[in-house]
Amino acid sequence: MMPANEIKVADNATPRKRIGRITMAKREAIAGWLFILPILLGFLVFVVFSIIYSMVISLTKWDLLTPPVFIGLENYAEVFRDERFYQVLYNTVYFVIGIVPTVLILSMLIAIGLNNKVNKMANFFKISFFMPNITSSIAVGMIWLWIFNPTDGLINTILFSLGISNVPQWLQSTTWAKPALIIMRVWQMWGYYMLLFLAGLQTIPQTLYEAAEVDGARKWKKFRYITLPMLSNTTFFVTIMLIIGAFNIFEAIFVMTEGRPAGTTNTLLYYIYYNGFQTYRMGYASALAWILFAILFALTLIQFRLRRKSEDM
Amino acid sequence: MECVDLRIKVGQIVFYIVMFFMSLIMIYPFIWAVTSSFKTTAQLYSGNPFDVIPNPFTLYSYKKIMEILPVWRFALNSLFLSTLVPVLQIALASMAAYSFARLKFKGKNVIFLMFLSTLMIPGHITLIPNFIIMRVLHWTDKYVALIVPPLVDGQNIFNIFFLRQYFLSIPKELEDAAIIDGCSFFKVFKSIILPNAKPALATIAILSFNTIWNMFLWPMIVMQTYEKMPIQVGLAYLKSAVSTNMGELLAGSTVAIIPTIIVFLVFQKYFIKTIVNTGLGGQ
Repeated sequence: MMPANEIKVADNATPRKRIGRITMAKREAIAGWLFILPILLGFLVFVVFSIIYSMVISLTKWDLLTPPVFIGLENYAEVFRDERFYQVLYNTVYFVIGIVPTVLILSMLIAIGLNNKVNKMANFFKISFFMPNITSSIAVGMIWLWIFNPTDGLINTILFSLGISNVPQWLQSTTWAKPALIIMRVWQMWGYYMLLFLAGLQTIPQTLYEAAEVDGARKWKKFRYITLPMLSNTTFFVTIMLIIGAFNIFEAIFVMTEGRPAGTTNTLLYYIYYNGFQTYRMGYASALAWILFAILFALTLIQFRLRRKSEDM
Repeated sequence: MECVDLRIKVGQIVFYIVMFFMSLIMIYPFIWAVTSSFKTTAQLYSGNPFDVIPNPFTLYSYKKIMEILPVWRFALNSLFLSTLVPVLQIALASMAAYSFARLKFKGKNVIFLMFLSTLMIPGHITLIPNFIIMRVLHWTDKYVALIVPPLVDGQNIFNIFFLRQYFLSIPKELEDAAIIDGCSFFKVFKSIILPNAKPALATIAILSFNTIWNMFLWPMIVMQTYEKMPIQVGLAYLKSAVSTNMGELLAGSTVAIIPTIIVFLVFQKYFIKTIVNTGLGGQ
């Protein structure tokens, strides 16, 4: 008979030591739950319950002053009849098309240029390119309000000095407001994606390039046949994040245009905010939120499918 | 051979010049904004957008914004939140991460997957329901509303995975020895895991400081009293109060961005390393 408190340890098993009547394994399980408990509780309330609650709210008509009224899928039906929804959708797609390729190309090219340069200058460049990313879009938006000022802003002053008199009215023009926001967001975002590409480039073995040089390949060939394919994972990840990012523009719009002029800078996210917190249509706003989620989900799914297809080829 | 060398060198020089101008484009708006916040109204509207030396140097704009709104109170609120919330976030996330990394219990995988799957749900879905929950709990216009929800937002859930990964890389022998010696799991967590995870914890703290400082939408819909607003919300209110007065808006913007810029410049390695290693950390 072995003494009751002798420890038997086998490989990776938890020691079956008995303290009182509770086994080590049970103590571990209790500890496991206790460590998770605080965040789990918060999570259950503010994430799980919230998501379900959001679905429920989207089936109601609720202005917060009077009790909610169950109206089924009426909100969703109304979205598809809402003219502003289609304008908002168009604007959002416009932003996606304006931002995604621009940032993709810009950040990839500069990442390639800065790759393998480890001097202080290169570091300075990386820091300065990424810096706008960490600053609040509200404050940055204010600064860009001046940059885009039609009469004495930075850009138009430069254009005037170049002799151009018919300058864009930027945030006050129905044609130029979206491009202005695109410029501002590209400026703010691309540094982050450049860092992602730098990370991706680090994984490409130098030997591939050396072998190509031996074969006489010049810059373009190296880029086309080594860099680009080896970066395909990073590019895929960047593209997904960029699309989601383009859908998520909010603070810049809030501080610079509030959806104006004439609703040309109203995006889906801003429209959700407008419906929820300016006109207090909680049900309608929630339905819009789920539609936005559905769109993003579908887009991501499509990208994964496309990727799998291209990998099979 | 010399021709090729020369071409490469010229190419390099051109590249560096282009990069330099790009850097200028990235930083100039900040330089202009900060220096202009110290200019007189006359100098501000003098029409030269490249004038970055305040002459004379004046705190006029700052004094004016203080008369309109308690801007320094806003900054203090943000400072308070940006230091308290990350600490709490780390506490909760590290405990959960330790549990996932080292402790065995029934249902662990289910909960892990549950956390993981919600990372894909964008934040705008929970915006409205969480707002209503705040009302129900009578937390609106109270600091609790700005402290508790961020403890379970996407960023902190991600922190759990980030820390779990790090904890898994800590050699288990230390903990096993301690446990055999009779240490409670909490003691192991406190005295072995945490001290060995300092770089990861620091990274989270710094990135979290930045995120909380930049918080805008949630505080705006949840807080009502001016004195309790964090800086970004206060800045938005400043804009509606001041509308187009450039100097004042820039003074407010400067207050709103200088801390994050300083933290970034001091700790840039943490930001950049996290992005390069995990891909997350951007806006």
